[in-house]
Amino acid sequence: MKRQLYLTGVLALCAWTLVPIYFLALGALGGRDLVNTFPKPFWPGSASFTTIRDFLAIDGVAAATLVSVETACLTMLFALLLGLPAGYALARFSFPGSGLFRLLILLTRAFPVAILALPLTVGFIRLGLYDTPLGVSLLHTALALPFAVLVSSSLFQAVPRELEEAAWVFGCSKFEAARRVVLPLALPGIAAIAIFAFVISWNEVFAGAVLTVRHRTLTAYLLTVLSESPLHVQFAGGFVLILPTIAFIYAVRKHLFAMWGISNR
Amino acid sequence: MAPLLLIAPCLLFLGVLFLIPLVQTIALAFQVHGAWSLENFNTMSGDLNFHDAIVDTFAIVAIAVPLQLVLALAMAMMLRGLRRGRDIVLWIWSIPLGISDLAAGLVWLAILTDQGFLNTILFHLGVVSGPVSWLSYETPTALLIGIAVAELWRATAIVLVILVSGVQMLPKEYNEAADVFGASPWTRFTRITLPLLKPTIQTALILRTVLAFEMFAIVQAIGGRNFPVIVGEAFTWQYTNQDFGVAAAYAVVIMLISLGATLVYLRVLRTPREQLG
Repeated sequence: MKRQLYLTGVLALCAWTLVPIYFLALGALGGRDLVNTFPKPFWPGSASFTTIRDFLAIDGVAAATLVSVETACLTMLFALLLGLPAGYALARFSFPGSGLFRLLILLTRAFPVAILALPLTVGFIRLGLYDTPLGVSLLHTALALPFAVLVSSSLFQAVPRELEEAAWVFGCSKFEAARRVVLPLALPGIAAIAIFAFVISWNEVFAGAVLTVRHRTLTAYLLTVLSESPLHVQFAGGFVLILPTIAFIYAVRKHLFAMWGISNR
Repeated sequence: MAPLLLIAPCLLFLGVLFLIPLVQTIALAFQVHGAWSLENFNTMSGDLNFHDAIVDTFAIVAIAVPLQLVLALAMAMMLRGLRRGRDIVLWIWSIPLGISDLAAGLVWLAILTDQGFLNTILFHLGVVSGPVSWLSYETPTALLIGIAVAELWRATAIVLVILVSGVQMLPKEYNEAADVFGASPWTRFTRITLPLLKPTIQTALILRTVLAFEMFAIVQAIGGRNFPVIVGEAFTWQYTNQDFGVAAAYAVVIMLISLGATLVYLRVLRTPREQLG
């Protein structure tokens, strides 16, 4: 009896998470007709992907999606390039100021995006970075980098030092040992970091909206057309935003906890 | 020398992208036409929406964050009792973690809009006879509850993930000992699990509260400017009004609130050194 009550609770919370997404999917797939239907059906009637297709065909959406993907890929690249070496240094060396560096990395999370994005508008215009995926991705990297450093340092810590030392004995240089021994072992975790950096960039709204004007990211595009586009278009946009992230969370689910476990310290 | 070379690019990047904007924002906020002044702050506090934005932001944080903590704690405890399917349940519960606040706002717009699914359910239950409006400026309480529910739905996952990783690191012995001495599950929870989890709860609360004060797109999607929030105002001043000074003043306000909240949590939830495992 108690067990049943408990399992009902678990299922209810699963429903609490999933049912709202299902409703958005209904709204996105139902199209213009469903928006004005009341009461709404709880099952997809003549559900079709035409609304989604129409949404993607709207002028600017495909371009915005492309900008978003481009920005997210650049963010991923920068976060790995800058984050992995720093994470490796934290994991393998004890050096003066390593505690301070760790603290500094954690502190960055206390700063609101707004305070970073606003002045960069002016600076980016001067540097020609305004309204480019590269410019937005630089700011997104600042958001994703702390994760990349902390998570990769815990990943590298988990790779036994002896393996690396064995490689040195066999004549590998330090760089080669890190690349050919440590990197392959840490690869699944590094993939998780990459995906997380991608998601951070893909979802970010404020910086994207402030730093672009014609080459909008998808979130920025959606935000600025909110007030003028019909509901079914908005729902389709939301659905397009959500779909990839569900798969991403599935892909990184094993690493979510290592990520936070380490950043607690 | 090697470690410094390895962290130098990262440090340089963060320095350029955090310190410079930080200084610039503060300079923007306190300057008008190149001269130091508080005019931006006067414009900000004289604006019609300023008072509402402050009150609304604090209201949402005060409602949503404690509920998120309680719900996430309950979920983390429930996960411990799960024998099979723990992975799949955990995955489902962490899905909102990957959902942007804009998309989350649209999810709840689909439910709460006049002809949405909430009214459909209420209609079938016989509570309402037709579409009812919940999200207009005439129904501020319903709008507040709607946005709080959406925040609860979206951001409980991050608290959950932090708590679960904390729970995983707890030593089992204390609980087993308490069990031997006949402590009830509730006593074990309040006397053992909760105190041991305090550092984790602190991390979760700091991160969640800072992010909650930044709430913006979720509100924009559900309420538009019927429900002004601080970051939303910063965006409007920057983007619509093109007044970068006032926008920067708002950014400074958010930063001060974030730092203040962080300090409060560090002080209130501090763990004495002798208790650190």
